[in-house]
Amino acid sequence: MQADLIQEARRQAEICNACRYCEGYCSVFPSLNAERAFSDGAITQLANLCHNCRGCYYACQYTAPHEFDLNLPKALAEVRRDSWESFAWPQPLARRFHTHGGAIALALMIGFALLFWAVRVIGSSGGEGFYAVLSHNAMVAIFAPAFVLPLFSIFLSLRRYWVKVGGKPLQVADVTAAFKRAGQMQDLAAGHGEGCNFEDEDRFSQARRHTHQTIMYGFLLCFASTSIATVLHYGFGMHAPYGLWSLPKLFGISGGVLLTVGCGTMVYLKQKSDRDLGDPAAWGGDIGFILLLGFVGLSGLVLYVLGSSALMPALLAIHLGSVLTFFLLTPYTKMAHGFYRLAALVRDAQRKRGM
Amino acid sequence: MAAQMELYDIAVIGGGNAALCAAMTAAEAGAKVLILETAPKPYRGGNSRHTRNFRCMHTGPLGPLVEEYSEDEYLSDLLKVTGGKTDERLARLAIRTSEDCLPWMEEHGVRFQPSLSGTLSLARTNAFFMGGGKSLVNAYYRTAAGLGVDVRYEAAVTHLELNGDQIEWVDFTYAGQEHRVSPKAVIVASGGFQADTDWLTRAWGEPAKNFLIRGTPYNRGVVLADLLDQGIERVGDPTQCHAVAIDGRAPKFDGGIVTRLDCVPFSIVVNKEAERFYDEGEDVWPKRYAIWGRLVAAQPDQVGYVIIDSKSLNLFMPSVFPPLKAGTLEELAALMGLSPDKLTATVTEFNAACGDTGGFHPTELDGVATSDLSPPKSNWARPITEPPFYGYLLRTGVTFTYLGLKVDDTAQCSTASGKIKNLWAAGETMAGSILGQGYLAGFGMTIGTVFGRIAGREAAAYAS
Repeated sequence: MQADLIQEARRQAEICNACRYCEGYCSVFPSLNAERAFSDGAITQLANLCHNCRGCYYACQYTAPHEFDLNLPKALAEVRRDSWESFAWPQPLARRFHTHGGAIALALMIGFALLFWAVRVIGSSGGEGFYAVLSHNAMVAIFAPAFVLPLFSIFLSLRRYWVKVGGKPLQVADVTAAFKRAGQMQDLAAGHGEGCNFEDEDRFSQARRHTHQTIMYGFLLCFASTSIATVLHYGFGMHAPYGLWSLPKLFGISGGVLLTVGCGTMVYLKQKSDRDLGDPAAWGGDIGFILLLGFVGLSGLVLYVLGSSALMPALLAIHLGSVLTFFLLTPYTKMAHGFYRLAALVRDAQRKRGM
Repeated sequence: MAAQMELYDIAVIGGGNAALCAAMTAAEAGAKVLILETAPKPYRGGNSRHTRNFRCMHTGPLGPLVEEYSEDEYLSDLLKVTGGKTDERLARLAIRTSEDCLPWMEEHGVRFQPSLSGTLSLARTNAFFMGGGKSLVNAYYRTAAGLGVDVRYEAAVTHLELNGDQIEWVDFTYAGQEHRVSPKAVIVASGGFQADTDWLTRAWGEPAKNFLIRGTPYNRGVVLADLLDQGIERVGDPTQCHAVAIDGRAPKFDGGIVTRLDCVPFSIVVNKEAERFYDEGEDVWPKRYAIWGRLVAAQPDQVGYVIIDSKSLNLFMPSVFPPLKAGTLEELAALMGLSPDKLTATVTEFNAACGDTGGFHPTELDGVATSDLSPPKSNWARPITEPPFYGYLLRTGVTFTYLGLKVDDTAQCSTASGKIKNLWAAGETMAGSILGQGYLAGFGMTIGTVFGRIAGREAAAYAS
């Protein structure tokens, strides 16, 4: 990891530790206040606990032009991104996408091309609906590894993270506590529950928190849709296409809408926020990632609406291409944050138990 | 702009807690209010941006406050620190009204949090602002804007024209130009004069040049001096200020809360001659905290040197600057610019005077004292023996000054010949009307909130 980024975060954390006014805002400060000296691992843990709600920045009497020049949300955002890049596997892919929206766009083009190629070359030997364009077996052959490999990569990364922050053996209670905090996104609510400071300087607002949950639950619904369809396919011999009132469709459509609306809103909110309170270098990569995720949702919806038109084969290739790109980039884009956040919250639950 | 300026009912001078409470109250009463804040926006809020809590009377659990805190107990706490230099009538008014203030503050955007770590002793008496004083200031500016209050930052008031029993106009500079506004009423809430080092030096003498100012550099007392020169009634000892001992490496201004050092009870403190000069173990916070500012001010070059050893390092709140650290006392002395021989001799003498340390208890007066040592150390006296050794610099940090405008129970100002019919004062600039010395944590915000609201109410009633 980059020593200068960690050192700057450490400098700021030491000032925070002598002040403590922000103790009520989020998980970062109680964790910070429990330390006296900050190891690299402790800074890495604080960085991944921080949800960049910015409450502490706007409340801080030591921000520039004060000579202490505190900007903890930024310092931690930079360490956070550096930690994801440093723990990523394999390393040649690690530092491409967080800071380069263009690289994500290029990957998306490659994803499209791969799917068009697959449709053309592999095609289908009969089958209904989408499977008439690309056979079910071909889809599984492409997407099973595209799903499993990134998960394996994330697993390796999280293990590195866990060692770095001094994590202890997992207990169910810690995991439950972490999921509870993430499920309600409490760390974007401020201690008083009124949200974070994002799109309008120091005004507390739920906009970002609710938008984040819209995206997260939209994604989970889409994921559930695919999972249910897999179970129906293999477990019950019920093959796609499914009707409108089937579980895969209900989950998929509602999830797709949430994902599309959520990502669009998030990009809008980000445009209104102060870039210098986050990691400025990651701006392009973050926007690129949100657009990619939103595109996955939107292209899925369009595919549903125009599924029986002549455009369907092309739309299918485009949608599946974006899904493929999204999955493959998961360990190397902002998508990784969900895994690290959970790990950090689990570690924090352990800390609260005195572990 | 001059034409628009005629439209204001009330000009509030200052942009901290008291000013904002006055402005919001007046605006809610229907007045058109202009705030003239001398600081630029990032530094708005005066010393309020460094505060963290509000001392509040309550007859039962209230907001974040537990149990009860009666008017009499509150007053008795105040009298203990002011040594009787208290206007009891105004103090009781402030204390009694504080209970109404807390819900009012919440209605105006302030959010509270449980007592901060390390301040559990205040959980019953002081309501802590979530995020500290700057978040309170931010919330109030938002609320004030919603009420139609106009704010000019970097608007430095230079003169209030007093004619008989009323203020005729207010002169200020803004965006490089001179401006004059003639509101129906004026509320002064622009703090003390502690950031004017020349004034402080005239009041205290030469040592004041070495003092650090804990809060805003914008409390230069310009308006206070202007009004006192015109015969407005004054209160408070002009030679006095509230001072505490803080980290000597703190910035000249605006170091705030983080520059406090809590290590004195576990240390010995020497002057530049490497000699001890006071009982480091005399008392616990807050009394100890309040006296060391003056003790250090009386030493050569107004500097003190705190020496501890490794066994005491983790007994107090972490400091903002890491301590100086050395393997031997001689090396530490060299780092601090002290005579190694003298420091070693002082420590040796101190160590020899320490007795049984079995009863050592860091959070209470433990009676672990030195014997036959002058000055003694009457608690927490453990020999300084275990390397590495650590050192901190102490300097005098000024929090506020006592000289101010004398007000009555409606926050109104007066001259020798009677009340000024359109001038009110609130906050630090009139706090001397209530306490003449000492300080009680969170009481400044009480005075500012209570008298800010009174001044806003009275000025709005006059202006309508």
